Amino acid sequence: MSTKVQTAEGEAVAFYDIDPHEHPAHGSTMLGFWLYLMSDCLIFATLFAIYGVLGGNFAAGPSPADLFNLPLVAVSTTALLLSSITYGFAMLEMEQNKQGTTQLWLAITGVLGAVFLGLTLYEFYHMIHEGAVPQRSGFLSAFFVLVGTHALHVTFGIIWLVTLMVQVARRGLIPANQIRVQCLSMFWHFLDVIWIGVFTVVYLMGMLR
Amino acid sequence: MSTTDHAPTHSAPQNAHAHPHPGVVGDGHSHGTRKSYLTGFALSVILTAIPFWLVMGNVIADTMITTLVIMAFGVAQILVHMIYFLHMNTKSEGGWTMMAAIFTIIVVVIALSGSLWVMYHLNTNMMPGHTMDPANLM
Repeated sequence: MSTKVQTAEGEAVAFYDIDPHEHPAHGSTMLGFWLYLMSDCLIFATLFAIYGVLGGNFAAGPSPADLFNLPLVAVSTTALLLSSITYGFAMLEMEQNKQGTTQLWLAITGVLGAVFLGLTLYEFYHMIHEGAVPQRSGFLSAFFVLVGTHALHVTFGIIWLVTLMVQVARRGLIPANQIRVQCLSMFWHFLDVIWIGVFTVVYLMGMLR
Repeated sequence: MSTTDHAPTHSAPQNAHAHPHPGVVGDGHSHGTRKSYLTGFALSVILTAIPFWLVMGNVIADTMITTLVIMAFGVAQILVHMIYFLHMNTKSEGGWTMMAAIFTIIVVVIALSGSLWVMYHLNTNMMPGHTMDPANLM
């Protein structure tokens, strides 16, 4: 019940719920995590807006057509797409309480994420090696911030995944671990959604400029 | 997946009223099936392959049309991911995930369209000869 200020004589004034109603453990975790993802989405929206504004300012430097290697982007996109379905399989195994196969699918997801991250880092290394550094032009600044932020998210996703696999190995698929696997599932699929925007706007539309 | 493990600290009707979907894991949050994951995966493979093919193969001569087509494919694929992988629907968490998503989409659209519109006009009005028109950048 809500706070009562008007009380009878001698009764203590209650400014909080003396008798709180029970919430199930982790009852609102998924919604809270979803709200975090939405705030993350706004970060990416601003970075996409920056790329949209600055993406054409090459300052007589290299353009997307000079730098981007679309077959490489196609391979990394494939790795990320595959990691989405393998995470889905991990979730299905977890629902049936099969710890071994859940761990196996999580491990495959992590490997695919690492392949994606490796290709992104290779691309960055290649570009920096050619002098296409972030301070070269507005386009390159916006590119490195947007794609780099996504790569950073994938990095933390992989760290989280490995941490979770250790936790599942030690404690099993207890409810607390299940909710963690579900949250990472949302995070992982969300990164895939962001990557759709990145490969469409940055790479494919960049090649058409 | 335990719904009965919670200590019944309150009378059952009150709990049932406050939480129509009690339980530790997945209250009101659907998870999808093997079939729905595979459907989503197949759709996203198609929706990825076509835009890559359009750009890498120079299928459509007009770059403006190609741009609009691949943007449409991108939006379609984001919707596929939200439905089949993130299990978005109007019922999960009492509809609050959908409300948060709609609010976010509105803010994203305002931020993106507003930034692009303002900065496009800033560029065209302040820097003649350096427009954002792709044709002038070639």
